[in-house]
Amino acid sequence: MKFRVKTKLADTEGMRRTLTRLAHEIIERNRGLENLALVGMRTRGVFVAERLKKLIRQIEGGDVPIGILDVTLYRDDFRLKFKQPQVQITHIDFDVDEKNIILVDDVLYTGRTARAALDALMDLGRPARIQLAVLVDRGHRELPIKPDFVGKNVPTSIGEEVRVRMMEHDGEDAILLVESEDEEEANRDS
Amino acid sequence: MTPELKKDRPLSAGHLLGLEGMPAEEITHILDTAEALKEILERPIKKVPTLRGITVVNLFFEASTRTRISFELAEKRLSADLINFTKVGSSVQKGETLLDTARNIEAMRVEVVVIRHQSPGAPVFLAQRLESVVINAGDGAHEHPTQGLLDLLTLREKFGQIQGLKVAIIGDIAHSRVAMSNIFGLKALRAEVMLCAPPTLIPRGVESLGVKVCHQVDDAIAWADALNVLRLQLERHQAAFLPSLREYYMTYGITLKRLEKAKRKPVILHPGPINRGVEIESAVADSGASVILDQVTNGVAVRMAVLVLLSAPEVMG
Repeated sequence: MKFRVKTKLADTEGMRRTLTRLAHEIIERNRGLENLALVGMRTRGVFVAERLKKLIRQIEGGDVPIGILDVTLYRDDFRLKFKQPQVQITHIDFDVDEKNIILVDDVLYTGRTARAALDALMDLGRPARIQLAVLVDRGHRELPIKPDFVGKNVPTSIGEEVRVRMMEHDGEDAILLVESEDEEEANRDS
Repeated sequence: MTPELKKDRPLSAGHLLGLEGMPAEEITHILDTAEALKEILERPIKKVPTLRGITVVNLFFEASTRTRISFELAEKRLSADLINFTKVGSSVQKGETLLDTARNIEAMRVEVVVIRHQSPGAPVFLAQRLESVVINAGDGAHEHPTQGLLDLLTLREKFGQIQGLKVAIIGDIAHSRVAMSNIFGLKALRAEVMLCAPPTLIPRGVESLGVKVCHQVDDAIAWADALNVLRLQLERHQAAFLPSLREYYMTYGITLKRLEKAKRKPVILHPGPINRGVEIESAVADSGASVILDQVTNGVAVRMAVLVLLSAPEVMG
């Protein structure tokens, strides 16, 4: 991957503060934890969701169920994009019917992944409500999708990219604004 | 967007013609994908939109229940459109050749051809001549790759890994495409394979594939972690290979008594259809050691995986 780091938008502490605020907002707007469930989108959305779950427990003292969603099979670019599709397991062991689901991802960009996730969730049942929580919104939406909870709004240009790195997966916590030196790479994230 | 299938990846051949020569990583990738797809079969709405706009034709020149239904379900679960073709009631009976039938179907813009044929090599023949992706659903006594893959998946689920596993294939090896695909797949993933049958039902020189051969079923039971019990392919027997079915059952049938005598509980696989009281006793087929129905479930998942992986194209631009 050829890219150059332009700005570090958050480090471990910064990310912790942002996630803590998100957890507070989620609890506040849903008036507690009743019927609430988190669903993380692979890959890093899962880790963001797990962190939120922990923070919610610290703040409110209760557990919310958490699920994992793999949207590969629902993507609109399935036939354009994947050399070697890596379909991973969707693991949601609670009934989504009548739940207030917080869909969690690391970066919101075109909105296409969120669209795919909505379809995937609907195929599993009929949630009472779905809200979207993202660590970073970098703009450039291609679909009418608006997040309910945003960690950071980061205006970007098309040539830039936001990389979220998480301890569990990447060995460090950081949100980076990077500039891709490779055109193909620039269009990679969504 | 017109769906366009690229044939040079991710299964390196672009088709699924057999497991012979398939690298271990590719087999593992198919099994991993199948494992992920199994979850869909447990959902209330058992469908994903992945193959929307892709048309699959199931060309079945030979009788089949399980495989045809399994492919059909896999295609439907992935939202592909499908056409079923069977020999009976088609132009084949009016003298049309395989190639003409296939070319005509392709002219109707079909992206994937699933073929079951009595002649070994029929899928290869088509793959060399058609633009479509070709999936072998069993060709004569040659290969039945999706069956081999579903057996591997079932074994992997049961034992955690294939490497080092001792698998005995028992029965009509000489007329079995299932045996061939199993041997290739198991060897690629580094299992130990033993073939056990009367000498008339074991092809000469099969040891060159790196398998053990034995003629005493009790020895195979004593050795194996899993038994893959095959049906006698009587429809393919062109000579008297066995004195009688009764005698075959007495000497090679997998019975409770035999398993108890060996004080072992190998896992029992069978590709179906089962002939109870010929190659296997009812009580064994229905026992806790049997994974025959898991094989059927895994069959749908494996076929979904193959369809997904073969319809994934190159990156554009």
